[in-house]
Amino acid sequence: MEQAAKAQGSSCKESLSEQLMKPMRKMLIIEKQGKIITLVCAWVLIVTLFSLLYFITSKGISPFVNNQITLAEFFSFEWGPTASAEQGGPFYGAMAFILGSLAVTLGATVVSAPLGIGAAIFMTEIAPDWGKKILQPVIEMLVGIPSVVYGFIGLTVIVPVIRETAGGLGFGLLAGIIVLSIMILPTIISVGVDAIQAIPRQIREGSYALGATRWQTVSRLVVRAAIPGLMTGVVLGMARAFGEALAVQMVIGNSPNLPASFIEPISTLTSVITLNMGNTVQGTTYNNVLWSMALILLLITMLFIFLIRFITRRREY
Amino acid sequence: MTDKISIEDFDLYYGENQALKKIRLNIIPNQVTAFIGPSGCGKSTLLRSMNRMNDMIPGVHTSGRIAIDGKNIYDRETDLVQLRKNVGMVFQQPNPFPISIYDNVAYGPRIHGIKTKKKLDEIVERTLKQANLWDEVKDRLHLSAMGLSGGQQQRLVIARVLAVEPDVILMDEPASALDPISTERLEELVIQLKKDYTIVIVTHNMQQAARVSDKTVFFLNGEIIEVNDTEQLFTHPEDQRTEQYISGQFG
Repeated sequence: MEQAAKAQGSSCKESLSEQLMKPMRKMLIIEKQGKIITLVCAWVLIVTLFSLLYFITSKGISPFVNNQITLAEFFSFEWGPTASAEQGGPFYGAMAFILGSLAVTLGATVVSAPLGIGAAIFMTEIAPDWGKKILQPVIEMLVGIPSVVYGFIGLTVIVPVIRETAGGLGFGLLAGIIVLSIMILPTIISVGVDAIQAIPRQIREGSYALGATRWQTVSRLVVRAAIPGLMTGVVLGMARAFGEALAVQMVIGNSPNLPASFIEPISTLTSVITLNMGNTVQGTTYNNVLWSMALILLLITMLFIFLIRFITRRREY
Repeated sequence: MTDKISIEDFDLYYGENQALKKIRLNIIPNQVTAFIGPSGCGKSTLLRSMNRMNDMIPGVHTSGRIAIDGKNIYDRETDLVQLRKNVGMVFQQPNPFPISIYDNVAYGPRIHGIKTKKKLDEIVERTLKQANLWDEVKDRLHLSAMGLSGGQQQRLVIARVLAVEPDVILMDEPASALDPISTERLEELVIQLKKDYTIVIVTHNMQQAARVSDKTVFFLNGEIIEVNDTEQLFTHPEDQRTEQYISGQFG
């Protein structure tokens, strides 16, 4: 009897200390596991990104360090990779494509930024119920449509319309701008909607309480306060437009012309890369020049990202 | 003395829920009237009814009348812009606009059509001085208002309200987010302002009501239980429920 009681007592004591220690140990192990798993994920991402950057950069600068072409030649306007030596060739000037990419991106932004910001204001301030019920799903669908479908619609609808109304072949800067505008519109709208909705209700109330009308409140205060977010949407849209290859390639015409006219066929960096990457031999100057163009794409896209960082950093105004 | 605001049989419903029941109240000009009562008693709802800020909440409907200078603001043809210009409001949380201090104060005059810089400068300086904020901000008028402290922000909001030249200023627990020193400065300001304006202040803080107000109104469950001179109400409450509330037995 006494022994049993003693044993029970001691086991009780043990189990209390065990109870206090065990979950602690278990918890520590789980904590450590979580930390390791997320750390591995982060490192996989970082290593992938940096090897990608390294790969593109080393390939991109190889035609210059191997003295295949000079920077001046690369940034010239003359493109003729198959021109024979008697003609003075081959020429690897990519300037027309850089300008083509910039022109089509700027054009698409000029069209879709006001449209997208206007739609975002409508959806949040003018008709929030209607906007949420109908426009939100429409925008989500627009984001989900693959770019080849946009390109196909551009090819079968937009290009013929341009050909008949404006003349020319229909392929060119204008067709590219229209297709890209539609593609980047949902990005600008949805980021814009988030930005406008993030403006606190108290600020609107303060404005109404001073006797401001809804439109005064929206135009003078809400939009002004949401400008960093709205600009972020626009720059994200620009980055998407700048990097889009497939849809652009289907409507741009793919001739190495300067983007001097809206209805003449031109080329962009992306369209040249996708069209020629498969047809050129690894290690040749032609192939390496395509990598240099990819590097230019990467650098300009990074510039867009830094731009977003810069805009969103100055949140207070 | 004629009443600045007279409220007659005013009912307000949030959908089916009656938040204010047959409110009758007269508010005297150039006085501070305090609304006290436990949470959910309707004091803020009545305050927000006096410049029709409740209109924006879906499902709200009202009956009865609230007359300001003899004119019923719930009339069909009431111009909300003019009403809110004359009846300014200061909210519980300081809500400066995320623009510069100068633009905050100039916002109201600008939307009401004042454009000349000279005039705006004059208004900004005068109202910031009235709000006891000028000396603290005169060197950084063009910096963001978000950089001010909570107490400074609340005084900025008051200057912003003064800039549209209201007659009545409604304050919805204006000091509840402020520290004691900022609260004291705000209370001084309220007492200063009453010589030019009619002020209605909602507060949870009974000492505050006692310090700043001339008249106190005690609310309970959407009804007015007692209205009296502040000193009278706090020292000799007539209703038992008022006495229980001010002595801290509920609320």
